[in-house]
Amino acid sequence: MSAASGGESAPGADAREASGTPDEAGGTPEANGRLPAAQRVVVIGAGIVGNSLAYHLLRLGETEVTLIDKGPLPNPGGSTGHASNFIFPVDHSKEMTLLTLESMRQYKELGVFIESGGIEIARNEPRMQELTRRMASAKAWGIEPVSLLNPEEVLELVPFINHKLIMGGFYTPGCGVVDSLRAATIMRERAAERGLTVSANTEVLGIDVEGGRVRRVRTTRGDVEAERVVIACGAWSPRLARMAGASIPLTPMVHQMIDIGPAPRFAAAEAMIEYPIVRDMDTNMYERQEGTGLEIGSYAHRPITLDADEIPSIDESALTPTELPFTQDDFDPQMEIALELMPEIVGDESVGVKYAINGVLSVTHDGMPLLGETPEVGGLWSAAAIWIKEGPGAGKTLAELMVHGVSEIDVYESNIARVYPCQRTRAHIRARACEGFSKMYGIVHPSEQWASDRRVRLSPFYEHERELGAMFFETAGWERPHWYESNAPLLDEYGERVTRREAEWDARWWSPIINAEHLAMRDRAAMIDLSAFAVFDVTGPGALDAVQRIAMRQVDVPVGRVVYTPLLTPSGGFKQDLTIMRLGADVFRFVTGGAYGMSDRKWVADHLPADGSAQLHDQTNAWCTLGLWGPRARDILSSVTSADVSHEGFPFARCRTIEVDTLSVLASRISYVGDLGWELYAPIEQGARLWEIIAEAGAPHGIVPAGIGVYGTTGRLEKCYRAYGAELEADYNVVEAGMAWGKVKDADFIGKEAHVRHRAQEPAAVMCSLTVDDHTSATGVKRYMLGNEPIVTPDGAPLVDRRGRRSYVTSAGAAPSLGRHILMSYLPPEHAVVGERLAVEFMGERYPATVVTNDSTPAFDPANARVRS
Amino acid sequence: MKILVAVKRVPLTGGKIVLTEDERAISTRHLGFTISPHEECAAEEAVRLVEQHGGSSTVLTLGPPEAAEQLRDMMAIGIDGGSHLVTSGEEWDPQATAAAIAEAVRSEPEPYDLLLFGNESADAANYQVAIRVAYALGLPSVTGVKGVAVADGRVRCEQEVAGGRDVYELPLPAVVTVKEGLNLPRYPSVPGRLRAKRKPIETRTPARPEPRLEMVRLKLPPSSGNRVEVLGHGPEAAPAVVDVLQGLGVI
Amino acid sequence: MVLVFIENPGDELSQQALVFARALGEEVQAVSIDAGYAPAAWASSIAEVISRRGPSAVIAPGTDRGNELLAHVAARLDLPMAANCTSVTPGDPATVTRVRWGGSLLEEALVHGSPLLLTAAPHAVAAEPVGVEISTLTPSLDGALGVIEHQRATVAGVSLADASVVVSGGRGVGSAEGFAPIEELAALLGAAVGCSRAVTSAGWRPHADQVGQTGTKISPEIYIACGISGATQHMAGAKGAKKILAINPDAEASIFASADYAVIGDLHQVVPAISEEIRKARAR
Repeated sequence: MSAASGGESAPGADAREASGTPDEAGGTPEANGRLPAAQRVVVIGAGIVGNSLAYHLLRLGETEVTLIDKGPLPNPGGSTGHASNFIFPVDHSKEMTLLTLESMRQYKELGVFIESGGIEIARNEPRMQELTRRMASAKAWGIEPVSLLNPEEVLELVPFINHKLIMGGFYTPGCGVVDSLRAATIMRERAAERGLTVSANTEVLGIDVEGGRVRRVRTTRGDVEAERVVIACGAWSPRLARMAGASIPLTPMVHQMIDIGPAPRFAAAEAMIEYPIVRDMDTNMYERQEGTGLEIGSYAHRPITLDADEIPSIDESALTPTELPFTQDDFDPQMEIALELMPEIVGDESVGVKYAINGVLSVTHDGMPLLGETPEVGGLWSAAAIWIKEGPGAGKTLAELMVHGVSEIDVYESNIARVYPCQRTRAHIRARACEGFSKMYGIVHPSEQWASDRRVRLSPFYEHERELGAMFFETAGWERPHWYESNAPLLDEYGERVTRREAEWDARWWSPIINAEHLAMRDRAAMIDLSAFAVFDVTGPGALDAVQRIAMRQVDVPVGRVVYTPLLTPSGGFKQDLTIMRLGADVFRFVTGGAYGMSDRKWVADHLPADGSAQLHDQTNAWCTLGLWGPRARDILSSVTSADVSHEGFPFARCRTIEVDTLSVLASRISYVGDLGWELYAPIEQGARLWEIIAEAGAPHGIVPAGIGVYGTTGRLEKCYRAYGAELEADYNVVEAGMAWGKVKDADFIGKEAHVRHRAQEPAAVMCSLTVDDHTSATGVKRYMLGNEPIVTPDGAPLVDRRGRRSYVTSAGAAPSLGRHILMSYLPPEHAVVGERLAVEFMGERYPATVVTNDSTPAFDPANARVRS
Repeated sequence: MKILVAVKRVPLTGGKIVLTEDERAISTRHLGFTISPHEECAAEEAVRLVEQHGGSSTVLTLGPPEAAEQLRDMMAIGIDGGSHLVTSGEEWDPQATAAAIAEAVRSEPEPYDLLLFGNESADAANYQVAIRVAYALGLPSVTGVKGVAVADGRVRCEQEVAGGRDVYELPLPAVVTVKEGLNLPRYPSVPGRLRAKRKPIETRTPARPEPRLEMVRLKLPPSSGNRVEVLGHGPEAAPAVVDVLQGLGVI
Repeated sequence: MVLVFIENPGDELSQQALVFARALGEEVQAVSIDAGYAPAAWASSIAEVISRRGPSAVIAPGTDRGNELLAHVAARLDLPMAANCTSVTPGDPATVTRVRWGGSLLEEALVHGSPLLLTAAPHAVAAEPVGVEISTLTPSLDGALGVIEHQRATVAGVSLADASVVVSGGRGVGSAEGFAPIEELAALLGAAVGCSRAVTSAGWRPHADQVGQTGTKISPEIYIACGISGATQHMAGAKGAKKILAINPDAEASIFASADYAVIGDLHQVVPAISEEIRKARAR
C-alpha cells in the first residue's frame, strides 16, 4: 500500500511514525558511515526517479555509483511517498506516452502494478469529442484495448457512480495503480547487489564546480569527488541546482487529496483495488478505491505554488516535507462535486475523512520533464519534474543517455537544454505552471497558446506586425505572427480557392487567411518574420573538422554555400535538421528552429573538440531574419539592391552579404516554402528598417506579410518538407525519412556507421504524404485533421511496421495550391505505394485517404522549378 | 441538554520544533493546526451526549481569527455551533482566558448544562483554565475524566488512577475536563464537513488584561547527546538483547 | 517559608517537589492531607494554611492531583499558578522555567503574584531525602465534591505506569493480531504492553495502552519499543524510562536518536527470536 493511502491513523502528532525521521544531532546507527572519497556518479534523491536511475545505470554496466538522500529510507519524504500512484497511459504526447508505457512495463516486472482499469468520464459534449481524440491517440501510440462507454456501461463498472451526471466515458482497462515506494526499494536493492552505495540521511551541503564541470558533492557525511552528479530531487531540485550555479527550472505546486473510509460497499471488496479509477475530467478531479477507502484528488483548486526553499525540512514537517497542511477552504467545492458524483460513498455519514493533504509536486513551464545534462555545468544532470507514471521510464532513459549517449525513447521534448533563459525565471515558470495547472485535465487544442507572460521576446518587426493585425503565436518566448488580419481582403480575392473549416475545433487557433496568404505568396511574394531562429557560429581552426563531425552532409564546401543537413544521433536517428552557412574558411553559421534551438546549441557545443580549436558563439539575439519568397521575390530584391541577384549571379543554396537600400544584409538563397527567394539576415537593431524597405519595394509587386501558418505548415507541407519534432525524430532514420539522397561523405560524422547500415537495409517504414479523399463526417460536416491521428487500413486496422511502430499523422495541414488537405505519415513499405487507399481516424470517424508521394518528391511543383527559377 | 466544549488551536508539530525569531512562538510557516487529543475527545463526547439526550452543543475557542478553522473542524463531526473569542494572536494567560470564557458563558441567555474541556492544552498545558472557569461561575468541577454518563440532572465521571478508577458524581451544571481515551473520536464525514461550513459562529472580541503568568520566551530543551549502541541486525541480535536484559536485572 | 504539598508521604514526585522547593532558599514546610480526595475541600484547607502561615510560595508535585489541587487554590485566591516548573528564581516577579508540549519545549515565564503557586515538573530534579516534618491536614468533607467510589482495576497484570519493563508496538506491528509476539515477550519478562498513538487511532489496542504525551507516562527500567519511529508525542510519554531498546527495520528511524540500544530489523522476526533466547537462557 502506498504511503499516500496509509491514512489509517489520524494525521496527528505521530502519524509519521511509519516513515521515521532522522536526527541531526546524530545518534543513528550508521551515523559514522562516510561516503566514498570518489565516485563516477553520485545520484542525489532516492525517490522513484533516483532509485530507478541508479538501478539502470548499474544494469548498463556503470560502476562506482552512490545514491544519497537527505531523508530516511524507504520513504525519504519526497513526492514519491505521497503520490497517488495511478497510471493512465493514454496521453496526446507521444513522448510522454512512451515513457509511461516503459514505466508500466517496469512496474509490472517489479510486481508492484495492480491493473484496475480507468475511466475518464465526460459531463458535456466537448469532452465527449475530446474522448474520441483519446481513442485516436490510443490507437496512434498502440494502447489497446480502449473503448468509449455510455453512462450505463460506466455504471456497470463503477456501481456507485451517479451516471445521470455523465454522458459517457473513455475506458482504458490497462490503467493501474503502482506501489512506487516499493518499486523504488526493489530497484535500490537490485542496484545494491550490483554494487550501488546507498547513503540515507545525507544532506548535500554544496556541489563544487571547477572549470565548468562538476567536481564534488559536499555532504553531512563527507565530500565525494564525482565525475557526474544527477539531481533527482523532485521539488527540491532547483535548490540543489543553484548550489552548482545551474538551474533546474521547475516550481513546486500543490495538489490536494483526501482519503475517506471505510465505505461499507468496499468492505466486501475481494481485491485491494476492485473498481476502475475514475477521472472526472470536467471538474479536474479523480476518485479511486483502494482497500475500504476512496481517494479523492483535485487539480480544480486555485494554483498554489511555492519556492523550493519554502519546502520544510523533514524534521519540521508534521507528515513529510511534501505533504503540506491541507487547506480545507480550497477543497470544499470539490467535496460537493465528489458528493454529487458518488453519493453512496462520499455521502455516507459513517465514512470519515481520514487523511487530507496538500501534496507537493513538480511542474514546469511547458508541462514536460527536465531530463539531461544541464547546459550550465558539465557533468551535472537533471532528472526532475517527473511523475510516478513516467518515473522508471525516465530513469532508464537517462541512464541510457549517460552511458550510451543515446536512448531508446527519444526525449527531445523533455531535454532540460530546451529551456531558454527567459523561460527559467521563477516568475515565468510560476505563471506558466499556474496556467498549465488548470489545464491538467483540460481539453487542450494542439495549437493552443499560452496566455500568461507573453510579449517576452519581440522581433524588430513586431510593431509593424502588430499594426497589421498579426495573430501572434509563441515559440521559445518569441512572438511570431501566425497570420495577419490585414490580409483578410485576400479571402475575397481567392474566393473558393480558400478552404474554410466548418467545425469549430478544426478552425480553432486557425484562420482561412493562412491559406490566402499562401496563395498570394505563390502568385506574388510574401515576407515572413523568422527572427525566432536560433543562430550560432562555430569558428576557429578546428571548425571545419568539428562541423564535419556534427553534420551528416558535406560541409567542406566553398565559402558562401548553404548546406541543409540532418544532424544524427549515434544510432543514426534524427537529432535535428538545419542549415549551415559557410561564411568563411573557419566560420560556419548554424540556423535552426527556435523551439529546440537551445538543445541544438548544447548538442553542437558538446561535440566541439576539447582542445578549444573550435568555439561556439550564439548569435540568436544579434540577428533578425526576414524571409522573402514568391515568384516576384527577385523583382522586389533587385529593386533595392545593386547586387546581382539573378539566378546565375546568386544561385540556389548560396549566401552572401549584399547591400539592401542603405543596409548591409546577409542573404541566403534557400527556401522552406518551396519558392524563389531569400532569407535576409540583418542586425537586430536594423530589422525594422529592413522590414520597411522590403514592404515598400514589394508594394508595387503585391507583396503580403505572411505568418508562420504558411511557413510552418502550408508552404512546407505541399512541398512535403519534413519538420524536426514531427517527421524527424531519433526513432526514425534518414532512409526511412526519404532523405538519403547523394552519397555518404567520406568524412566521419556522428551516426555514420548506423547511417551506412541503414542505407544497406530495407527501411522498416517510409515517409509518405497522403491526401484526404473525402472530408465529410457522418453528420455532414467537413472535418480537417490536425496531426497525430492514426493512419489505418480502409477497414480500420492499424498499420504497424516491422519495428512495432504505428503509422500516425506526423503533420497535417492544407496544401492550398493543390486545394487538398495533406497528411504526412510513416507507412510500412507494403503500404507506401503511391495510389494506396488507406484511411485516417479523426474524432471517432474514419476518412478515406490516398498516398500521393512516397519519397522526397513534393506534391506541389515536383520538379522544384520554383526554387531554382 | 446544552453542552459547551472549549478547544485551543495549536500547531500540528513535526519531529522538530522551530521557534520564531523573537522566541515567543513556534514557527508555523510549514505547519497545519489542530487541537489537543483531549479536546477532540471532549467534542466527541458532547456530540454523543446530544445524540443520546437531545439538546445542542457549542464549541468555543479563544484565539486568532484563524482559529475558526478548529471550530469548523469540530462542527464537522457534529457540534452544532461555534463561539469565537477573537484575539490578535497574542498569548493569553490562564486567568485571562478563564475570565473571558466565563464571561462568554455568563452572557449566554440559556445556560449550559455541561462545560467540557481538555485536561490540559497541547501547547501551554497550564492545567487550570477549566477550574478557574468553574470557580468564576460557581460550578462544581472534576478533571482528567475518562468516563462520562449523564442521568437525572447529574453527571457521573470516572477518573483513571493507579490501581483503578475513582468515581465522582456532580450535579449539573458542571465543568468536566477529559482525557484522551474517553472515547475514540470519529472522523468527519464529507457531508459533515460541508454542513460545518453553514453552521453559525458567534464572535466577540474580549479585551486582553495584563498577564499575571507572563511568558517571556520559549526555548528548546537541551538534547540528551545520547549515543545508541547497535546490538545487531535481525533475529541474530537476540542473544545480545538477552545479555542486556540480564545486565539490567530484568530477567 | 515555602509550603510543599506532599501527595503521598515518601512518593518520588513529592520528594522531588521538596527538593525543588529548596531552590527558593527559604525554610521548607510540608503538609499532606489525610481525607478522601475532594479537590475543592482540600484546596480550601490549603488556602487556610496559607492565610495562617503566610508562605512566600506553595509547591505541589506536577501530578494530576498536584496540578488540580493547586489550580483550585489559585482559582480560590485569584492568583497565578505555574504548572510543571523545572526551575524557579525567586523575585518580584519570580521567574520560572516550565514544561510545554510534553517536554518538547520549555517556557521562561514571570509569575506576578504572591504567594507563588507552582507545581514541580516530574523528574526535573532528582529525589533525595529532605529533612522536613510533614504536618497532616484533616479537612472536613461535609458535602464536598469528591471521590464517591473507587473501582479496582479488573484486568490482571502489570500497570503500564508502574511496570519495570514495558514492551510497546507501533504502526510497524501492522495489525491487532500482530501484537501476539509482543504480548509473548511481555509475558516472559513480566512486562506491561504499550503502544503508540497510531496504534490506538487504528483501533488495534485500547487507549489505556498508549504511551505518550496524551497517554500514559511510563518510567520502567527498560522500555522495549518495537516498530515505533519515535515521534515527539510518543517520546514525551517515554521520558521516564531509564533505558530504551528500539527495534526498527529503518536504520534511520528517529527513535534511535533517543534509544540506548538498537536492533535493526523487522520486529516480527526479532521479537520472537528474543523470546526464544530468553526461554533458552532460563532453561540453562
